[in-house]
Amino acid sequence: MSHFKAHSVLPGFNLALGFTLLYLSLIVLIPLSALFFKTATLGWGGFWTVVMGERVLASLRVTFFTSFVAAIINAFFGLIVAWVLVRYRFPGKRIVDALVDLPFALPTAVAGITLAMLYAPNGWVGQYFAAHDIKVAYTPLGIVVALTFIGLPFVVRTVQPVLADVESEVEEAAASLGAGRWDVFRRVIFPAIYPALLTGFALAFARAIGEYGSVIFIAGNMPYISEIAPLLIVAKLEQYDYAGATAIAVAMLLISFALLLFINALQWWSSRRGTR
Amino acid sequence: MSAQATQRKISTRESPGVTLVLVTVALIYLVLFLGLPLFAVFYEALSKGWTLYWKALQEPDAWSAIKLTFIAAGIAVPANLVFGVAAAWAIAKFEFKGRSLLITLIDLPFAVSPVVSGLVYVLLFGAQGWFGPWLQAHDIKLIFAVPGIVLATVFVTFPFIARELIPLMQSQGKEEEEAAVSLGASGWQTFWRVTLPNIKWGLLYGVILCNARAMGEFGAVSVVSGHVRGMTNTLPLHVEILYNEYNFVAAFAVASLLALLALVTLLVKALVEWQAKSSGDPLH
Amino acid sequence: MSITIENLNKQFGTYKALDDINLEVNSGELLALLGPSGCGKTSLLRIIGGLDVADSGRLLFHGEDALQRNARERNVGFVFQHYALFRHMTVFENVAFGLRVKPKKQRHNEAEIKRRVHELLNLVQLDWLADRYPAQLSGGQRQRIALARALAVEPKILLLDEPFGALDAQVRKELRRWLRRLHDDLHITSIFVTHDQEEALEVADRVVVMNKGRIEQIGTPDEVYAKPATPFVYQFIGNVNLFHSRDHAPWTQQHGDAVAYVRPHDIDISHTPQDDTALPVEVKLVRAIGSIVRVEVAADESCELVEIELSRERFDATPLAIGDKVFIRPRQFRVFQAGEKNEFSAA
Repeated sequence: MSHFKAHSVLPGFNLALGFTLLYLSLIVLIPLSALFFKTATLGWGGFWTVVMGERVLASLRVTFFTSFVAAIINAFFGLIVAWVLVRYRFPGKRIVDALVDLPFALPTAVAGITLAMLYAPNGWVGQYFAAHDIKVAYTPLGIVVALTFIGLPFVVRTVQPVLADVESEVEEAAASLGAGRWDVFRRVIFPAIYPALLTGFALAFARAIGEYGSVIFIAGNMPYISEIAPLLIVAKLEQYDYAGATAIAVAMLLISFALLLFINALQWWSSRRGTR
Repeated sequence: MSAQATQRKISTRESPGVTLVLVTVALIYLVLFLGLPLFAVFYEALSKGWTLYWKALQEPDAWSAIKLTFIAAGIAVPANLVFGVAAAWAIAKFEFKGRSLLITLIDLPFAVSPVVSGLVYVLLFGAQGWFGPWLQAHDIKLIFAVPGIVLATVFVTFPFIARELIPLMQSQGKEEEEAAVSLGASGWQTFWRVTLPNIKWGLLYGVILCNARAMGEFGAVSVVSGHVRGMTNTLPLHVEILYNEYNFVAAFAVASLLALLALVTLLVKALVEWQAKSSGDPLH
Repeated sequence: MSITIENLNKQFGTYKALDDINLEVNSGELLALLGPSGCGKTSLLRIIGGLDVADSGRLLFHGEDALQRNARERNVGFVFQHYALFRHMTVFENVAFGLRVKPKKQRHNEAEIKRRVHELLNLVQLDWLADRYPAQLSGGQRQRIALARALAVEPKILLLDEPFGALDAQVRKELRRWLRRLHDDLHITSIFVTHDQEEALEVADRVVVMNKGRIEQIGTPDEVYAKPATPFVYQFIGNVNLFHSRDHAPWTQQHGDAVAYVRPHDIDISHTPQDDTALPVEVKLVRAIGSIVRVEVAADESCELVEIELSRERFDATPLAIGDKVFIRPRQFRVFQAGEKNEFSAA
């Protein structure tokens, strides 16, 4: 025991840690491990056949592509929103600030049906696109809209505190050395907030990959075109193809983990560069 | 975060034109993606007048969905509350090997698609699952029944309170607790009189977010529910059914309840943040 | 209550925080644990208070084994470096805490608690702050409340971790005298940890100088200043000049490869050689600081500066100017073998 845990006069460690581990195992670890055991029953060949199925591949492509586009949109506009909220004063700012978290609080199904209605060809927003022969709802573009909505807070909330911490003295120093405003942003501010921006991007991206509720109403769910991987899992489940559903789930998890690892590495690399 | 930000000096300010453009772009983006949908929910719900709105909410199926939503949240939130406090106590107040691994594992449910969160319980307790045959033999139904919904809800809201409390309690350190013990307080006295009052705002914050997610969860619950009207439908699932039946007024009426819940959540969250800040224990 | 510490050891990983500590604290004594940060003094204090455990060794309170008793049962008052006041309780409730958490049978009634708390608040002269919260107090006030809180449970031993560390110089001086007077009134066996030599010398009855987990010297303030036992103590307490036998300082030469430690005020300075061991030097700097005059000189053959402190009268008797060629000679010095000087680590 003495090597596992440093001494403390506070009581309750065994009880608290014991309960934590038990609850974690029962609710999370054992159920998640079922995922991998189930895939194992398929065997490597079976897993490969399911994942390499044309419809599955198409759904994975749609999922990751739309999630990436949505995360990029959020990175760009999220940065502007964070900037505006930190640096400028305007009427209603506190309400706007609070409202940024709406996608965290609004149930995804509600977001889904509302966005589907707004972006339908006869909807409030959709009609303007329809006039230019652009269909938003029931296409991959619609998926991007839904994923942009649910990922919106991530970039804003990760960049905001970091941006607020950038000392104005550093900016003043840069300005006194003759740098223009754009130079100051590009060379002083942006490098400081870049890791946070990347984190926000990664979080929004990861969230989008798994998203289901807000997407299925607006996606149209056409196989090969606008069918996302989580929906395909549900479809397989409804056909009692548990192994197939599980294989897709595992494939999704593996790809997301690989991507997040890559982003983490990128972040580690950029923060190392920053401190040198 | 805004006090020092708003008073900026000349040399670190953008030109009025740039400022105007940035504010405008940000506001258009937020209105388009946040304001408009929020407004649309209520607009659609009331588009055929109050009478139809009230009627839609008084449907027995709607009521049973409300009830089930409260049951699921009513179990998931307290369960994850107890867990969150225990986990934060162990992780923040003690030093032991594997602490950071434990924190990562606690965050796992956030990394998993909601659909997959439901799927894992089907794999365990469904008809073809590990415990399926045994459960059937004893006539216990977990999947496509209320227990499954509760379990899925507990899973997706698992990290909320713990991940709010862990950094908070870590930043507060353990000196106050040590002082209490050296003054003769027992473990429970220390927890109730010293620790709990210090984390109350963080706790409340976590509970609010946890509750919002518990009541609003769709994907995970959808997989384990079986969609039996009046039996295993939560509010979000009920919205889906109504919407798919082209009963838009009713769908948006029920959705407006959930949107209201979201607004209340945001309001209370802002109040808690403000309260925590003014009492000198900022949350973040 | 007396405290006896025998062969106490404590290790953090590969780092020895306490290395075979032996110490006797007399009943009613005010003892200072003095040393640079990381020397183990806080570890020792926390072990005495029951907040940490030792790896081996014995700790006796009045002859009875104390290691068996946990922090709750030791009846020790502990004042934390950053006070650790309960931030959500008023000053009154902070002080009352120890009385309120007593087991039911020993607990006083509300009137008695109230009386005692106000008595303590009067003792620390802060009764008027009873309804404030810790965040509304100054550092010095927090310090005194922390002390009142620790005294509320009528401890037999009082432990203070860097009690004045976080305060500014003026408040620190005031509180030091106040703590000394308070101790003289209450006579509780007290140990305080500090890295400030002036603080230790001014307040404590005895000083324990620690370095790298070991005790370097135990003695009265006068002893540790006037008769440092080791090179470390010499350097840590007060200023000192080092003279290497191989360079100069003929008076060390009978000791072989050795270093002489000389306090700045123990050096005579003169325009003529005092005797044949006097060192010829050149004056590099003269600066009057209050009641003393600091003179820096360098020997001809090296550029190592020697610091000398003279009283005003002495300086006026032999006025010096920069560039003067003079002679110096120590009145008092101590020689250590050269190998020992590496003991020192920066404070």
